[in-house]
Amino acid sequence: MNELTLTVLRLGFLVLMWVLVFSIVGAMRRDLLVGRRHKTGAPSAREVRRNPSLAEPPPPRQQAHELVVVEGPLAGARMALGESPILLGRAQEATLVLEDDYASGRHARLFPQGSRWFIEDLGSTNGTYLADRQLTRAQPVELNVPIRIGKTVIELRP
Amino acid sequence: MSAVDAAVRPRRNIELVLLILALIVGCGANAMTAINEGTQLGSDFWMETSILAAASLGLHISLRFRAKYADPLILPIVVTLNGLGLAMIHRLDTPQSDYGNAQARWTVVGMALAAIVIWFLKDHRMLRRFTYISLILSAVLLVLPLVPGITAGDINGAQVWVKFGSSTFQPGEVAKITIGIFFAGYLSTNRDLILLAGRRIGKLQLPRFRDLGPMIIAWLASIGILIFQHDLGMSILFFGIFISMIYVATSRASWAILGILLMFAGAMASSVIFPHIRLRIDGWLNAFDPNVFGRQYGGSYQIVQGLFGMANGGLIGTGIGQGRPDLVPFAHSDMIIAAFGEELGLVGLFAIVMLYALLVTRGMRAAIGARDAFGKLLACGLSAGIGLQCFVVIGGVTRLIPLTGLTTPFLAAGGSSLLANWIITALVLVISNAARRPVDTTPLAPDEAPTPETSSSAWGTSAPETALTQAVKQQ
Repeated sequence: MNELTLTVLRLGFLVLMWVLVFSIVGAMRRDLLVGRRHKTGAPSAREVRRNPSLAEPPPPRQQAHELVVVEGPLAGARMALGESPILLGRAQEATLVLEDDYASGRHARLFPQGSRWFIEDLGSTNGTYLADRQLTRAQPVELNVPIRIGKTVIELRP
Repeated sequence: MSAVDAAVRPRRNIELVLLILALIVGCGANAMTAINEGTQLGSDFWMETSILAAASLGLHISLRFRAKYADPLILPIVVTLNGLGLAMIHRLDTPQSDYGNAQARWTVVGMALAAIVIWFLKDHRMLRRFTYISLILSAVLLVLPLVPGITAGDINGAQVWVKFGSSTFQPGEVAKITIGIFFAGYLSTNRDLILLAGRRIGKLQLPRFRDLGPMIIAWLASIGILIFQHDLGMSILFFGIFISMIYVATSRASWAILGILLMFAGAMASSVIFPHIRLRIDGWLNAFDPNVFGRQYGGSYQIVQGLFGMANGGLIGTGIGQGRPDLVPFAHSDMIIAAFGEELGLVGLFAIVMLYALLVTRGMRAAIGARDAFGKLLACGLSAGIGLQCFVVIGGVTRLIPLTGLTTPFLAAGGSSLLANWIITALVLVISNAARRPVDTTPLAPDEAPTPETSSSAWGTSAPETALTQAVKQQ
């Protein structure tokens, strides 16, 4: 084979490699949009940067702003809910230390996700009850729904 | 609510198209060798081509059956890399050596194992049950090369192989997977404790001392690999996987900073204590010093020859089969990147680096989509491992960091590495299948949505799995 064909083949192979790379990138393009679907007519990120007044209003604040202990040894205690998860239990490192013999050291965890709070049992001995039903997995907590841990009952308030 | 959930098409046909393109690249590289050397396409070429094509199509079909929603891009990327590696190893074979056919055999075994994992591992969360077994298994695998009787002894300055009949095996490569499973299981269980406890100093939340336990164990283990097995690369890899996983689990920069400081402290101390590491660093910093270049042990001959080779290749390379990558010691394994740099040039090498980057991105994408903490951490740790391994190898060959003895994933000759990386690919595919699979969007059952009015005393029964994802999706 002559020199020209070899050179063409050599460059052709490099082009082929990049064709593969770009077809992979092309195939993954639509997959890269995480979390948001494009609305028609919505301002693009660049437009927002140029003109901040176009930006959408921030999502509504979390509804629940306060945690109230309704029953149990700590009845009446209140606690402001921020944006970080809350560890409930008897252990000293818990955010809300429950002085309750029926609570486990690390009993349950309350965590915000989107605009709601979720409660998750952390493998406690006596279980966590949301509206009198034992938790088997993380569940969203509505306002004023009682969460029972041992003798303690807590609720979320606005 | 999100486009993540909108991606419900299996996209297996796109995978097939890309797979064919990948096979053309892989086998084309092999054909280019023969064309450039002016020889006929021999039986070796047809055997390797048919093996690669049949095995990857088999894997594609098992994905169609068992993991319909798996990521469509991972398999083509891996097959391309594997095919390019096969071609280059075959091209570097001298009449006395037969690494090409050995690599082809290991490719088949690796792909078969990947197919078995895809076929039988329906749910990756099952692996979580083996958290502590994996820890023990990793410890055993890491100690194995030091046990007299089965150890293959000191090969090329590192004691990381075991004898397996007449062949050798590197158990550390498999330990990469088991250690990933252990960290994922451990961190997904104990994340809250690590996350919520601890003292805050300024902006940095410091972990409590007893939560540091696993980190110190991981650090000691990686230092142990360094001391007893003389394997700097593996040591960096293990600790790097751990740091990236704990960072993802806690999203605390303090852990990463602490880990990197520990890593540097370990590297500094070992370079003072151990002569072979001091020689490595000397060979890296003063590579072009004639004394260092010509030194018999720990010299820079290999790395400088690699650099000369890449310089010879220039921008577009000499063409596969036209260069002299055989002048570099271990061109088929440790230095295969230099061989590619010489024969495909900067343009080709960048395409390879891009493929690795895309592979790691797809792994991370699977981690983002995964709906359970264990799957997230496992996908993330395994793909971070591949990324880190590439960085350590390519960085070493291009003299950015000291050269270490890690293999380039999928490219370099080495059965154990190929096997382990195919299993990792299969695991990431299974996790991405779980991540992209559509969730059940039927409305919540009446007893699933607690309201202030509900006061039935029924105990929560084990409701179907989709209810959780449903609950998360609804908000």
